[in-house]
Amino acid sequence: MLNSFNDAYEEESSITGKDIIKQLIENARIAKSESMPICQDTGYTVIFLEIGQDVYFEGGSLEEAINEGVRKGYSEGYLRKSIVSHPLDRINTGDNTPAVIHTRIVTGDNFKITVVPKGGGSENVSAVKMLKPAQGAEGVMDFVVKTVKEAGPNPCPPIIVGVGIGGTFEKAALLAKESLLRPLGQPSKDDYGVWLEQELLERINKLGIGPQGLGGSITALAVHVNFFPAHIASLPVAVNINCHASRHKKVEL
Amino acid sequence: MKQVNLTTPLKEADIAKLRIGQRVLFNGIIYTGRDLAHKRLFELLEEGKELPINLKEQVIYYVGPSPAKPDQVIGSAGPTTSGRMDVYTPELLARGLKGMIGKGKRSPEVINAIKEYKSVYFAAVGGAAALISKSIKSCRVAAYPELGPEAIHELVVENFPAIVVNDILGGDLYEEGKKIYAVK
Ligand code: SF4
Repeated sequence: MLNSFNDAYEEESSITGKDIIKQLIENARIAKSESMPICQDTGYTVIFLEIGQDVYFEGGSLEEAINEGVRKGYSEGYLRKSIVSHPLDRINTGDNTPAVIHTRIVTGDNFKITVVPKGGGSENVSAVKMLKPAQGAEGVMDFVVKTVKEAGPNPCPPIIVGVGIGGTFEKAALLAKESLLRPLGQPSKDDYGVWLEQELLERINKLGIGPQGLGGSITALAVHVNFFPAHIASLPVAVNINCHASRHKKVEL
Repeated sequence: MKQVNLTTPLKEADIAKLRIGQRVLFNGIIYTGRDLAHKRLFELLEEGKELPINLKEQVIYYVGPSPAKPDQVIGSAGPTTSGRMDVYTPELLARGLKGMIGKGKRSPEVINAIKEYKSVYFAAVGGAAALISKSIKSCRVAAYPELGPEAIHELVVENFPAIVVNDILGGDLYEEGKKIYAVK
């Protein structure tokens, strides 16, 4: 993240924009030295599990264990509790549980946990759309750029844009979220993806939104695209926006 | 860059000089308030009841800080999205509120009300929450302690950084800034 801020500082043409990036660099320094959260919104706890099919869990409930971990982590770590138990009643659960858990069963006997706290500001401006296959790459790019444009300053730019293309309605959303797990700016493994990522980054940074939406040439630090096979009738596209306070931690057991 | 020092409560003469794009440093008292606190204040006004804080010439900062560690005044305290407060804002401005600090665009109704009631909207840097917390020197709950991070806190700040986004002329930095840097 810091390297990317430094590059952004060099490239940004607006003075206000440069000043903001400088504040973000200083913010990251303070957060690290005082071990405090980069941003007060310490997010919805999203957890990706990769469970080797030879792993056997004994006793208790894995889901409960994860929620207990969230409970402890958010209270002992002085993180903000941002989850309400019912989306319409809106009463805070008080311990940031439950986590949103995505599980994949893979070969082998490893167990991998990736924790990705996700802030509300950037999640709120994310979107899914079912395009017509005939709309192709142009249609995909129009939708992604439009989503970023409408988001404007709200997701705290500079942002990272995760794009999922293909699969079904829910698969596209998951692909977009998973693409955000990739180390920042690491290009797609797919040639079409590499091209699309560059083209999208260029178009997004031409919008002029800039750091914090106050005008500038750096709106996004990176675009990550993940693909999955699609139905002959469908072209699902999901855009998951992540703010610069992009946090993940992986543990392998 | 040129910086303007602002001391709260905000006087009309100070506000009149502010223009979009200016960087300001706040000194004095500011109040925190987000979704639930706004809803409560608004409901009291509708019922014609007294508010728990006097809004006259005051500044509200839209924030829900993370918890303070034992040796801290406050946890990380960056701005939250202001747009969620838009429905309540014109009424608060009509009652004398002069400044708001948050992040993100305001509705046309709020931008008009800012002009009409001669007030001002500032952006703080979203996500610069650890940095901002350094400028907060004390923090006490002023109303609604039961709301936790959503309670109204009274903060004493020193050189709290923000940028003017909407001024009394009806200017909007989000629109103007984008126009300058957009590439056709
Ligand atoms: S969008 Fe990100 S940086 Fe901005 S307030 Fe939310 S979590 Fe923090």
